[in-house]
Amino acid sequence: MSAPAVWVFFPIALGGLLILLRNQRLITLLAGMACVLLALTALLLPIDTSHTIGSLTFRLNPSFEMLGRRLTLADHDRAWLALLYGASAFWFLAASSIQIARRLIPLGLVITGLLVAALAVEPFLYAALLIETAVLLAVPLLSPPDRKPGKGVLRFLIYQTLAMPFILFSGWLLSGIEANPGDLALVARAAALLGLGFALLLAIFPFYTWIPLLAEEVHPYVAGFLLWIFPTVTMFFGLGFLDRYAWLRDSAALPTILTMVGVLMVVSGGLLAFFQRHLGRMMGYAVMLESGFSLLGLGLGGSYGLHTFLLLFTPRLIGLALWALALSNLKEHDANLTLDGVKGAGRIWSFSSTSVVLASLSLAGAPMLASFPAHQAIWEGLARQSLTLTPWVFLGSLGLTISAIRVLASLVSAPDGSPWGARETRSQRVLLLLGWLCLFLLGILPSWVAAFWARLPALFEHLGQ
Amino acid sequence: MNFLDWAAFVVTMAGASGMLLRRDWRWSIALLAAAYLGVFWLVQSPWSISLAAVKLVTGWMVCAALAIAHRNAEEEAGDETAWPQGQLFRLAVIGLVLTVTFAGGIGLASWLGMSLPAAWGGLMLISMGLLHLGVTGQSFRVVLGLLTALAGFEVIYAAVESSALVAGLLALVNLGLAMVGAYFLPRQPEREQP
Repeated sequence: MSAPAVWVFFPIALGGLLILLRNQRLITLLAGMACVLLALTALLLPIDTSHTIGSLTFRLNPSFEMLGRRLTLADHDRAWLALLYGASAFWFLAASSIQIARRLIPLGLVITGLLVAALAVEPFLYAALLIETAVLLAVPLLSPPDRKPGKGVLRFLIYQTLAMPFILFSGWLLSGIEANPGDLALVARAAALLGLGFALLLAIFPFYTWIPLLAEEVHPYVAGFLLWIFPTVTMFFGLGFLDRYAWLRDSAALPTILTMVGVLMVVSGGLLAFFQRHLGRMMGYAVMLESGFSLLGLGLGGSYGLHTFLLLFTPRLIGLALWALALSNLKEHDANLTLDGVKGAGRIWSFSSTSVVLASLSLAGAPMLASFPAHQAIWEGLARQSLTLTPWVFLGSLGLTISAIRVLASLVSAPDGSPWGARETRSQRVLLLLGWLCLFLLGILPSWVAAFWARLPALFEHLGQ
Repeated sequence: MNFLDWAAFVVTMAGASGMLLRRDWRWSIALLAAAYLGVFWLVQSPWSISLAAVKLVTGWMVCAALAIAHRNAEEEAGDETAWPQGQLFRLAVIGLVLTVTFAGGIGLASWLGMSLPAAWGGLMLISMGLLHLGVTGQSFRVVLGLLTALAGFEVIYAAVESSALVAGLLALVNLGLAMVGAYFLPRQPEREQP
C-alpha cells in the first residue's frame, strides 16, 4: 500500500461517495471518523517501515507513480498530514451542528485530498494545476446553485486561476536557473513571476480584495474553512520553494520584501477591520492580518523565523474555526451579520457572542489567548531588526482589537431588563466551549503545541538551518 | 508554414477581439471556438499534431458545454456600468493591446525561440482575456476572459513544456472552468408539462 493512496486517493474517493448521501449526521460521522483516522495514522504509523498487526504485515510505500510523475509522502511529511487531517476533522465535525455538513463535507474532503496531492506531487510545478482544480471544486461550495455568484466569488476564481500560469512558468524558469545559476536576468524574471504567483494565491496586497467580499457574501463557516485551508497549503507550498532553491533562500532582498509586505498586510488588515460594520468582513480582514504575521515570521529568517511561522498555524485554525462557527450561529439572529443587526444578540446568543469576541481578540494577539505567544515572538524578532516597523505592526493588531471591542459593544447593547439566554444547541455549546478552552490553553501553555511542531522543521532540509 | 502561422494568428486575434465587441453569447462562443482553432495551429509547431489536437478538442468541448448551458439558462443581467460601451472605444483599446503585445511578442519570441505569430498571439490572447476580466462583472464573461487568458498562456507555455500530463491537466482545468461557467448561469424555471 502506498502513502498517497491513504492520504490522497482515499479522502478523494470518500468525498466523491459522500456526495451521494443525504443524511447530514451520517456524512459528518463518516468524514469525521475518516479524518481522525487519517490524522492518527499520520501521527502513529511511520512511512516506509514495516508494520505488523496480528498476522498482517504491511508497509506504507512513500511514492505512487502515475504517467511518469510521482506523488511522494515521506516520513517527515507526517506532521503536516496530521495537522491537515486533524484540522479537517475539527471543521467537518462542527459542520453538522450548523446544518451545513451536506454542502461542506463531501467537496471539502475532495479539496483536502487534492491539496495534499499538490504538496506531494513531483515535479512540484504540477502543484499549481492541482491547486487550481481544488479552486474550481470550491466554487459550488461558495455559490449555491440557486444564487447569482457574488463579486467575491468571481474575484476568488479570477485571482486563483491567474496565479496558476505564473507558478507554472516560474517552475520552468527555476529549472533553467538550476542548470545555469549565474544567469541573473533569468533569476530576476523567475523571482518576479514567482512573487506574482504567490501574491495572487495568498491574496497579498493588492490582490486581497476578494477576501472581505467573499467573507461577506458566503456562509461564514464555508468562508472560514476555505480561508483556512487554501492559505495554509499555499504557505507550505511556498516554503517548499524556499527550501529547494538556495538562490531564493539566500537572497539578501527576500527578508526585506517579506517583512515589508507582511507589515503592509498587518496594517491594512487591522485598520480595515476597524472600519467594518459587517462581522464577516471583519473575519476576512483578520485572515489578511494573519497572513501578514506569517510573512513577518518568515521574514525574520533562520530557525527562529521558521518556528514562529509554524507556531501561528494552530492558533489561526482554532481562532478562525471558532469565529466562523459563532458567526454561523449569529446568522440565525441577523442574516446580514451587520453591527446594527446583531445589537443585543449577546443576551440571547451568549456562547456565540463570547466566541466571536474571544476569537477576534485571539487573532489580534491579545495576551492569554492562543495567538499571543507567536505574535509576541514576531514582535520581539521584528523589534530586534527594526524599531521603526514594530509600531506599525502594533497598530494593525490594535485595529483588530478595537474592532473586537466594537463588536462586543454592539452585541451587549440590549434594552435594560432583556433576559439572558443561550439559544445555541447543546452540541454547539460544547464545540464553542472546546474552542474557548483551546484558545486559553494555547495562550497559557504554548509549549504544548510547540512540542508538536518541533517535528515540522525536519520537513525542510535547508530552511531554518 | 509561416503564412499559415500568420493566418492562425489572425483567426486568434479576430476571435479574441470579437468576443470583446460582440455582446451576444452565441457570437461570443463561436468566436471563442475560432480562437481555439488558431491556438491549435500555433501550438502544433512546438508540439506534435496529435498533442496539439488535445487543445482543439478540449477548446471545442468547452464551447459546447457553455453553449448547451446557455441554451437552458435565463439571460444574465448586465453589470458593466464602469466601462464605456462604445464600439469605437473598444476598438481603440484593442488596437492599443495589439500594439503593446507586438512589442512584447518580439522580445518573447527571441527569448523563448518561438515564432513571432505564436509569441504575439499568446501575449495578445492573455491581454485580451485580462481586458475582458477588467471590463465585465457578468459571470459568463468572466469565464470567457479566463479561458481566453489561459489559452494565451498555453500557446506560450507550449514552447517550453511538452509534457502530455501537463497538457492533460491543463485540459482538465479548461473543462473545469467551462463547468463553472455553466454552473454560474441562472437556470430557467422548469416548464410544467401539460
